[in-house]
Amino acid sequence: MKFAVIVFPGSNCDDDMYYAIQEGLGEPVDKVWYTEESVADYDGILLPGGFSYGDYLRSGAIARFAPVMASVVEQAEKGKPVLGVCNGFQVLLEAGLLPGAMQRNRSLKFICRPARLVVANHETGFTSEYAGGERITIPVAHGEGNYYCDDETLRDLQANNQIVFTYEDNFNGSKEAIAGIVNKQGNVMGMMPHPERATDQILGSDDGLKIFQSILKQWRKSHVLTT
Amino acid sequence: MVNVQVYVTLKEGVLDPQGSTIGNALQTMGYHEVASVQTGKYIELEVEEGNNLEGRIEEMCEKLLSNPVIEDYTYTIGKGVS
Repeated sequence: MKFAVIVFPGSNCDDDMYYAIQEGLGEPVDKVWYTEESVADYDGILLPGGFSYGDYLRSGAIARFAPVMASVVEQAEKGKPVLGVCNGFQVLLEAGLLPGAMQRNRSLKFICRPARLVVANHETGFTSEYAGGERITIPVAHGEGNYYCDDETLRDLQANNQIVFTYEDNFNGSKEAIAGIVNKQGNVMGMMPHPERATDQILGSDDGLKIFQSILKQWRKSHVLTT
Repeated sequence: MVNVQVYVTLKEGVLDPQGSTIGNALQTMGYHEVASVQTGKYIELEVEEGNNLEGRIEEMCEKLLSNPVIEDYTYTIGKGVS
């Protein structure tokens, strides 16, 4: 399974994401610069964390119009797995691939620490390797991770089981303690915590590895069925 | 050229942590008359006059300058500096 890590000016978790796929998962991966016009050759697309375009205007607002994004949206609509982490999640929200928006953390502080998460839905292509309700530890590092959506959108998310991760302790003020969501089709996920920073015990936790393993498992299943 | 002033504010009901922090600070400083504070953004554009100027500006506001999920916008068009 061939992965693309999209690199915007200001991305700073691209190396970690690359490392997670290459060393943690053991699959081929390329970094793809934001000026590229196509990601059609890749089986999975990863939008890393960082401060694309310096977070100018709003986090992710400018990156969403970067040249590569048209192809990312196209591949997402075709059903390829797309994972956005932190700033990558913010880009997916701005691009309208996921519902809602991010606000400044309730405390107005940048929060950088391991976070306890609850796996709220383990029946997605991103979380099948977890047990339902499993508690995991994955680091967060964000100033704008306070997830917001209106009540109607929230009801929709709940009705379709789109809430994938929640915080055990809602330290940033997110609606319903939401840490990660998936789209209705189930192939686009955004999350604020950084699973790519938790792929090896030497980093303090390898709880994030199962996300990448789940993506690979899902791809192998569909690959075997379609070829 | 015309000068366009765009104001972006949070929608009603969306929490404004920056506004409430500023409000608390003003209270602490003794400005007890301040009942609430809302923050927003001010963006100024120099735009060539043309057909459908207002429509184009609204499009810019909806696509990029504001995020319709959490923000509202207003704008005024004034004869500019040129």
